[in-house]
Amino acid sequence: MAYSNKVLDHYNNPRNVGSLDKSASSVGTGVVGAPECGDVMKLQIEVEGDRIVDAKFKTFGCGSAIASSSLATEWIKGKTIDEALKISNTQIVEELSLPPVKIHCSVLAEDAIKSAIADYKSKQQS
Amino acid sequence: MKAPIYLDYQATTPCDPRVVETMLPYFTQSFGNAASRSHSFGWTAEKAVEEARGQIAELIGASSKEIVFTSGSTEAINLALKGVVEMYAEKGKHVITSSAEHKAVLDTCKHLEQSGAEVTYLAPDKTGRVGVEQVAAALRPDTVLVALMWANNEVGTLNPVREIGELCHAKGVLFFTDATQAVGKVPVNVEADHVDLLCLSGHKIYGPKGVGCLYVRRKNPRVRLVAQMDGGGHERGMRSGTLNVPGIVGLGKACELARTELSAEAVRSSELRDLLEQLITKELDYVFLNGNREHRLPNCLNLSFPYVEGESLIMGIHMLAVSSGSACTSASLEPSHVLRAMAIGDELAHSSIRFGIGRFTTREDIEFAASEVVENVRRLRELSPLYEMVKEGVDLSTVKWQAAH
Repeated sequence: MAYSNKVLDHYNNPRNVGSLDKSASSVGTGVVGAPECGDVMKLQIEVEGDRIVDAKFKTFGCGSAIASSSLATEWIKGKTIDEALKISNTQIVEELSLPPVKIHCSVLAEDAIKSAIADYKSKQQS
Repeated sequence: MKAPIYLDYQATTPCDPRVVETMLPYFTQSFGNAASRSHSFGWTAEKAVEEARGQIAELIGASSKEIVFTSGSTEAINLALKGVVEMYAEKGKHVITSSAEHKAVLDTCKHLEQSGAEVTYLAPDKTGRVGVEQVAAALRPDTVLVALMWANNEVGTLNPVREIGELCHAKGVLFFTDATQAVGKVPVNVEADHVDLLCLSGHKIYGPKGVGCLYVRRKNPRVRLVAQMDGGGHERGMRSGTLNVPGIVGLGKACELARTELSAEAVRSSELRDLLEQLITKELDYVFLNGNREHRLPNCLNLSFPYVEGESLIMGIHMLAVSSGSACTSASLEPSHVLRAMAIGDELAHSSIRFGIGRFTTREDIEFAASEVVENVRRLRELSPLYEMVKEGVDLSTVKWQAAH
């Protein structure tokens, strides 16, 4: 399978790899996917006010899944929560030139962003 | 740029230069049709074909009259299974095989089921091996054929062929074995092993692609087949079509080399296989061997690297030509049916890599391959949320996953 240059770049030099303190009230964590499906993404955000000041990820999955989550962290860093919620999987597909069989990787990345934000929001309410 | 290192010898092999050299005259000077009986061109071609038949027969302990040339193993499998089931329809319609067989066998069995046959798919154990007692328990009065592979193409596990063959002969049931991965790697003898039908393929044993054969036992018992290719009645009526003389000459030479070099090659490749495993497991934790440590091919190593997805690993080790049981590397997006049949869990199937070692693999190749694997598995595990969780002491089987699909 041929990968786009952008997928290869994110695979070879993934941005924002790592973990944030998931117990901190300013941190939201999203874990989506399942090992038996071959993809698990963990995406974390650190929020100040309503702005995402830091984002980290770890992904178990194919090169396109790694690239999708790496790109997602790059995009959400510096955005407000509302702006981050507007990122859709089709933008990721376009940016990385993902083939149809890899669209689910972009869906998972979008889900990971939404799941991390939901976790952050639920922490603020409690 | 350095060329990738070929470690996919179960997929195919390069032609041995000695094979190519033997084949060359049969494209140009000695181009005759082996079925032409009226001139020397035909006689020369026929002589070459008969010599090849002898070389193949000698490798598997058969007589040269028992060799039927085909385009490869897939065709030989189709001929054996369909040919037997059609020929022995009066005796019965039941076939026994296993769910870890090659697709050529499984899809042919599906075809037979559609035309009224009944097929029992035995489940292999976790190492990919089928037990003779499983076969014994599945036999019925109307069983006409047992079809079980000699060596599995994905994990290299060897079935207890001799015991199965003995059982089949005692019960008067025909036994076919797909020996595509076994010939040239382990000793094969159709008499001692009680095999009635066996297929092999040129390109897996340093011969050319597009040629293979089916061994069809001629006595004790005499096996009869309904031809699947009608035409000029070549190959004693079992497979019509002008013989691929250069290909057959190449297959013959490849079999001769396989026979004379088998024991030395088995030692050399198993040493390299073990070295590869040692170099990898010395550096990495959580490495899982898929297959059977005792009963296996000398040149196949299938490892799972849990918490790393196979396709992403293949992307990292792009300097190595290997294959994976991961769904993402297959056209169907399904994990390997063999690893599934072995019930090792989809997670391990997703992270499996098959390393195939061959005649032209060097120690340097293996050392380089091991270092590439170690470096990339480490890097991808740093990226893996699963590895992080396991290191934190989380039992992954207790996690409630939010599967997106």
